[in-house]
Amino acid sequence: MSDHDKIYSTRFQDKIERSTVLMFVMVAIVVAIGGIVEIVPLFYLDRTMTHLSPDVKGKVGSKEISPIVWQRQPGQSLDDWKPGDGVRPYKPLELAGRDVYVREGCYLCHSQMIRPFRDEKDRYGHYSVSSESMYDHPFQWGSKRTGPDLARVGGKYSDEWHRRHLKYPREVVPESVMPNYVFLDKSKVDARQIKKNMEAMRSMPFYPAPYTDADIASAKDAVEGKTELDAVVAYLQSLGNHIKFTEGVNYRD
Amino acid sequence: METTQAASVRYDMGVVRWFSIAAVVYLVVGTFLGVWIASELAWPFLNFDIAEITFGRLRPLHTNAVIFAFGGCTLMATGFYIVQRTGSTRLWSNNLAWFTFWGWNLIIVLAVITLPLGITQSKEYAELEWPIDILIAIVWLAFGLNYIMTIAIRKVSHIYVSNWFFMGMIIMITYLHVVNSLAIPVSLTQSYSIFSGVQDAMVQWWWGHNAVGFYLTAGFLGIMYYFVPKQANRPVFSYRLSVLHFWTLMFGYVWLGAHHLQYTALPDWTGSLGAAISLAMIIPSWGGAMNGMMTLSGAWDRLRTDYILRFLVVSLAFYAMSTFEGPVMSIKTVNALSHYTDWTVGHVHSGALGWVAMVSIGALYHLVKKLWNTEMYSDNLVNVHFWLSTIGTVVYVVAMWVSGIMQGLMWRDYDEYGTLTYTFVESVSAMHPYYAMRAIGGIIFNLGAWIMLYNVVMTVRKASAARATHAVPAKA
Repeated sequence: MSDHDKIYSTRFQDKIERSTVLMFVMVAIVVAIGGIVEIVPLFYLDRTMTHLSPDVKGKVGSKEISPIVWQRQPGQSLDDWKPGDGVRPYKPLELAGRDVYVREGCYLCHSQMIRPFRDEKDRYGHYSVSSESMYDHPFQWGSKRTGPDLARVGGKYSDEWHRRHLKYPREVVPESVMPNYVFLDKSKVDARQIKKNMEAMRSMPFYPAPYTDADIASAKDAVEGKTELDAVVAYLQSLGNHIKFTEGVNYRD
Repeated sequence: METTQAASVRYDMGVVRWFSIAAVVYLVVGTFLGVWIASELAWPFLNFDIAEITFGRLRPLHTNAVIFAFGGCTLMATGFYIVQRTGSTRLWSNNLAWFTFWGWNLIIVLAVITLPLGITQSKEYAELEWPIDILIAIVWLAFGLNYIMTIAIRKVSHIYVSNWFFMGMIIMITYLHVVNSLAIPVSLTQSYSIFSGVQDAMVQWWWGHNAVGFYLTAGFLGIMYYFVPKQANRPVFSYRLSVLHFWTLMFGYVWLGAHHLQYTALPDWTGSLGAAISLAMIIPSWGGAMNGMMTLSGAWDRLRTDYILRFLVVSLAFYAMSTFEGPVMSIKTVNALSHYTDWTVGHVHSGALGWVAMVSIGALYHLVKKLWNTEMYSDNLVNVHFWLSTIGTVVYVVAMWVSGIMQGLMWRDYDEYGTLTYTFVESVSAMHPYYAMRAIGGIIFNLGAWIMLYNVVMTVRKASAARATHAVPAKA
């Protein structure tokens, strides 16, 4: 057994290899470091969020910055918001549509994250900023563009176009490889669930959706009788027009 | 129960056998699902307007089936085998191992039911809803506890290198699964992540890349460090290299998730940090690949006759290739082109088919022979499987390279008037031949999996029949 006493590496490594507990502890520490360094600061560094960044506040140079986050006045409802007023939480029907979007796995083929390149600006619009998805639990940035990016699809096409395209994509875009979502037209949004979902969004530990009691009280009526297709179209039409971007201002680091 | 050359030690091999068979079955199922969804992208009528089989619902089922059903059962089969053999001891708890087997398979059944119904958290490779997440945590901890306690009761002085890698996987996957799955339930079948936007993206890709780094790499390196030396009948080339490989991989892999978010709204520092460490990861990855390859030095001639060894060697070649490709793709200028394209899909599959599946298949053939104490029913079929796997993988990966780079170039192309040359949908239709080619690559690979299943079933039947006729007293 003399072989077992010989040290082939360092004394410390040898010690680790002889002890289950020491190896467990060493590994548990070593693998934790990277995640802590990369993730934790994102929760407290102001520059992570556009609306908290000192570089994108009030005036940049001589340019006035439009609000990044919607400043709702007392008594205003979600319907009082206008495009460009700043990021707001989803309206009930949009939230229901977002649930369908998640359920159908749309994020697997469509990103919602425009990168700061010339071609993406020409194709999709202004690059995305972090605060635009601050109420997205979970995020829907996606990782693949089998279909085009949807971050700024809101308002680009008519509701009718979306309905036709979702039901039978190849009727509108012959080369499309998207499945037919004709079945969304046949099922109704579950109106009983919407209040609960909005309350969950309001109780989030990070970036809760600032719904008022009135928003939640009126939610059921807003989705009652609507189809899932209506909901998805409402969701898509809400994407990307929240912030009015000022030309020539750097919204990211 | 099996007895071996070291006749004094008895091992708990029943559960290893069941996990091995399950892994082979899930290889067939998982790659078949892959073929199906690949075909849906090439020929969209295959969605048949049936919600449950649309691409968006089946794609998570494909990834879960190959990663957690096939990969998971392979890891648990090989893990329970390695930890016993390298420690000269039985499992700490055979009952807990059986609990792990049935629990893990219950999770797989629940995934097969819930994912086609659209019950999902939408986090890639972590789609399963919160009740299943809790079940995963329980079963995973049962596996981990059993594994680590078996290391603790080993009869040898040092912990073997494979077990370091398995331990790293067990600990890291626990961290990742718990943090990434934190959510507020709104019903039994729905929940919302407590994180949002940029923080959620970083948490998800911290999970996403380390599902690759720890589950699909660390665990399978544990397999490599046991089965390559065993099959080649040679000691590991360099012990020091394996120490270096292990600690740099444990420390470094964790940082890489951020490279999935280059040029997104994630702050620049995080993405750049991820990319810098990604580049440095070439060192441990290639060190490890070299260590495996060089283990064969002096035994290269055996590749002519040993088809199982072929799987292991080719897997190391793919490991080296994809761990070179990965860091290259994390460089910002390359990522600007490759991100959002099929190149990423190709990269994943050169790792998943070429490395993970190949090393698993090699290890599983080795295991089947050992566990049933027999030769394979047909060595020729192993060779056929080897060629189908290799060719299928190459066809798949080449198709995705071409389509990915083409997509990236088409999207950013400008004509002489300064306007975009191509509409998006022109890039979609340009992909069609490559999507068809990818589906064919998948079919070839899947065909190999069917052959493996047949060969393994026949081997087990042959072994059982032989045992019955020879009336060897059962060594319980």
